[in-house]
Amino acid sequence: MSDILEVNDDNFEAEVINSDKPVLIDFWAPWCGPCRAIAPIIDELSKAYDQIKFVKCNVDDNPVTPGKYEVQAIPTLLFIKDGKVADSITGMVAKNKLEETIKKLL
Amino acid sequence: MTKTDYDLVIIGGGPAGLTAGMYAARARLNVVLIEMAAPGGQVLVTDWVENYPGFPEGITGFDLVDKMAEQAKKFDLEIITDEVMSLDTSNPVKKIKLSEKEITCHAVIITTGASPKKLGVPGESNFFGKGISFCATCDAPFFKEKTVVAVGGGDTAVQEAVFLTKFVNKVYLVHRRDELRATKILQERAFANDKIEFVWDSVVTGFEGLFGIDGVNVKNLKTNEEKKIAADGCFIWVGIDPNTTWLGDSVETEYGFIVVNDHMETSVPGVFAAGDVRKTPLKQIVTAVGDSAIAAVSAEHYLDNLER
Repeated sequence: MSDILEVNDDNFEAEVINSDKPVLIDFWAPWCGPCRAIAPIIDELSKAYDQIKFVKCNVDDNPVTPGKYEVQAIPTLLFIKDGKVADSITGMVAKNKLEETIKKLL
Repeated sequence: MTKTDYDLVIIGGGPAGLTAGMYAARARLNVVLIEMAAPGGQVLVTDWVENYPGFPEGITGFDLVDKMAEQAKKFDLEIITDEVMSLDTSNPVKKIKLSEKEITCHAVIITTGASPKKLGVPGESNFFGKGISFCATCDAPFFKEKTVVAVGGGDTAVQEAVFLTKFVNKVYLVHRRDELRATKILQERAFANDKIEFVWDSVVTGFEGLFGIDGVNVKNLKTNEEKKIAADGCFIWVGIDPNTTWLGDSVETEYGFIVVNDHMETSVPGVFAAGDVRKTPLKQIVTAVGDSAIAAVSAEHYLDNLER
């Protein structure tokens, strides 16, 4: 099972915007095949990069947050630094590309 | 035989690669499968597969490929998550460049599949993920009770347009001809669905909107009439492009698709290809896995015949 913190519309500000560390948010939903497929990769990366806070947000249960960030496709990964979007990736990408984007956040 | 890291390397982890991997692992070859992201490929974006034998109730694309991966791993297939940058076939020992290292092998099976073809019209890349999508099962729920445009007339376009109607109020299906190419049962479902309106003989020429899409511009090829369809999203299914740019000219291709013979042999001895990446008259899961069984057995024969 994944240890990645599930954030919601209520705690998004506290967990993401006010986070001391850079944050990677994985917008996902149970009906999204590619989202389910990349979950183990995100899990693995979360263990390798503890300088970054990894969270996920279920777009099915949380209509406000994806709307705020104009997320209209999943999987979308948002990279947040100091409360602002530093980078984003939509769709499946190679693990090494994902890792490169993570390194830029550090 | 010269010592190499592996006997056989399979590049790409969709149904074709996983099947080749299963056959090679059962043949006890020293084999590895390299997949750049998660195993699955294009099937992952398929909500429902109902023409793969053995699943009379149908199965989701994710579940089908998840079972294929599980089956391959059951026979101890090693899977590496990395991107293949290039393949060097200039010597009998092939060199495969990964993102940070290089591996060597005697035989290669290329199963890198294909990706959805883009329309190549203005605004398309900017609006990707902001109204434009290639995956209905991922993104249809973002367009609940809205109007969307779907583009294409083949199996994928027609099946997915019908799927979209579970969420949206209206689908305009834009197709460049005046009849569909999709298999008949899919056509019947689309014609019977009153949420789908067909826009025949037409192509998309561009997109309008500020932060997201609010309109799709289409042009009728017979009358040259142009109009804007007010819509919040656009789903594009106009065919596929093979994932072969990384290959350079290391094997022979035709329009990017790898040319193989009946044994799935490419122009280079010891290099095989299977599935959507090869030049083939039918691109289905069932043909991809059939190709792969042939490719794996051909690779095994090739390895057996090398001097040991």
